[in-house]
Amino acid sequence: MKSNGLVSITDYSKDDILHILDLAEQFEKNPNTRLLEGKLVATLFFEPSTRTRLSFETAVNRLGGRVIGFSDAATSSSSKGESLKDTIKMVSNYVDLIIMRHPVEGAARYASEVAGVPVINAGDGANQHPTQTMLDLYSIKKTQGKLTDLTLSMVGDLKYGRTVHSLLMAMRYFNPRYNFVSPPELRMPEQYRAFCKENGIEYHEYEDMNRILNETDILYMTRVQQERFTDPVEYEKVRNTYSLHNSMLEGTKDNLRILHPLPRITEIAEDVDDNPKAYYFEQAKNGVYARQAVICSILGLV
Amino acid sequence: MKASKTELIVRALENGTVIDHIPANRLFKVVSLLHLDETEDKITIGNNLRSEKLGTKGVLKIADRYLQPEELNKLAILAPNAHISIIKDYQVVEKVRLSMPNDIVDVLQCVNPMCVTNKEHIATRFHLLDAEKGTVKCHYCERVINREDCILK
Repeated sequence: MKSNGLVSITDYSKDDILHILDLAEQFEKNPNTRLLEGKLVATLFFEPSTRTRLSFETAVNRLGGRVIGFSDAATSSSSKGESLKDTIKMVSNYVDLIIMRHPVEGAARYASEVAGVPVINAGDGANQHPTQTMLDLYSIKKTQGKLTDLTLSMVGDLKYGRTVHSLLMAMRYFNPRYNFVSPPELRMPEQYRAFCKENGIEYHEYEDMNRILNETDILYMTRVQQERFTDPVEYEKVRNTYSLHNSMLEGTKDNLRILHPLPRITEIAEDVDDNPKAYYFEQAKNGVYARQAVICSILGLV
Repeated sequence: MKASKTELIVRALENGTVIDHIPANRLFKVVSLLHLDETEDKITIGNNLRSEKLGTKGVLKIADRYLQPEELNKLAILAPNAHISIIKDYQVVEKVRLSMPNDIVDVLQCVNPMCVTNKEHIATRFHLLDAEKGTVKCHYCERVINREDCILK
């Protein structure tokens, strides 16, 4: 499945997704291999994201590859006004694969068109972050034993949350049922509700999280960001309403697992962490395996 | 009476292009799209004419000029139901039907200010999603845009 990279989750078919998830399972069993021996990978982070960068760099290092790059645009020549095209052209002379994060939407697609080597999108503004989606899918499959016929409840900022949008689209192959729980101002956008209708996916919208907890298989929590609100009083109200506490998990299904792309602030209380249904830290760990799978697949090494 | 007048003006065009059935509120957008405000070609502009289909419509008659494929593609986005007649020697020799192209290259500007096409020097590209609804998707930032919200480059 050698390709010119992974920019958007929509680049992957159902078979591609299942193939990557199988590979990720193999890497989990045996994370240290020499598959990337002799290969050089660039991690170009035009905006800082320590969590994502460390996950990718761990994946490369555990595969025996080497990494060059920068973790902040301030330390790169783009701060001198170099165009994205020139930076990408230059770096693609040096390496076998580019992993990039950029605050501008579509930057990774553009980079993949001008680079001579494959590009993996590690987040382009509010648009896409496909390896996050792959690790979410892997976490769902691992905890539920399957991807099909599950009830997923997405809670919090459904308007700007790019992880929920990508997950929503990727799950279309697996007959999901969705609950969208958010304040009215952060409702799931029309584009994605229309997507559900076109694909015959059942969804329901709620403002109260308590109404859906007992029927949920996967509870996908997201962070509500203060900057989305003009009125600080509104923000405080919403922040407290969309907060999960351990006591709320009584009566929920045994197979329920709680996911969160992290970092979490107040949307999951710390008393949830010790509940066996909390899965967000393992979810982050799964990111390394999912990224190992994506990298090796793109380079045609597996 | 009205029909014969329209016919008269069409006939009066020896060679050139007639664009009929332009929605009245888009007529001047079409004028600037085709750069008719800068041309020295002879042009006849009619607007707010009665139309059974549209209510009101605009008509453009351009002497000695035939539209290029990329101009027709742009026109298809602004006025998908316009009728185009090519006139040679006072005769309608061809009627062109417009269709939204599947790939719209460097015609529209992305409405998303954070899109890479608004930050770097790149040709824009949109994919047609639904010709009937007129929705397009930016190839780069993946934003879905409705025809009414499209901005011409």
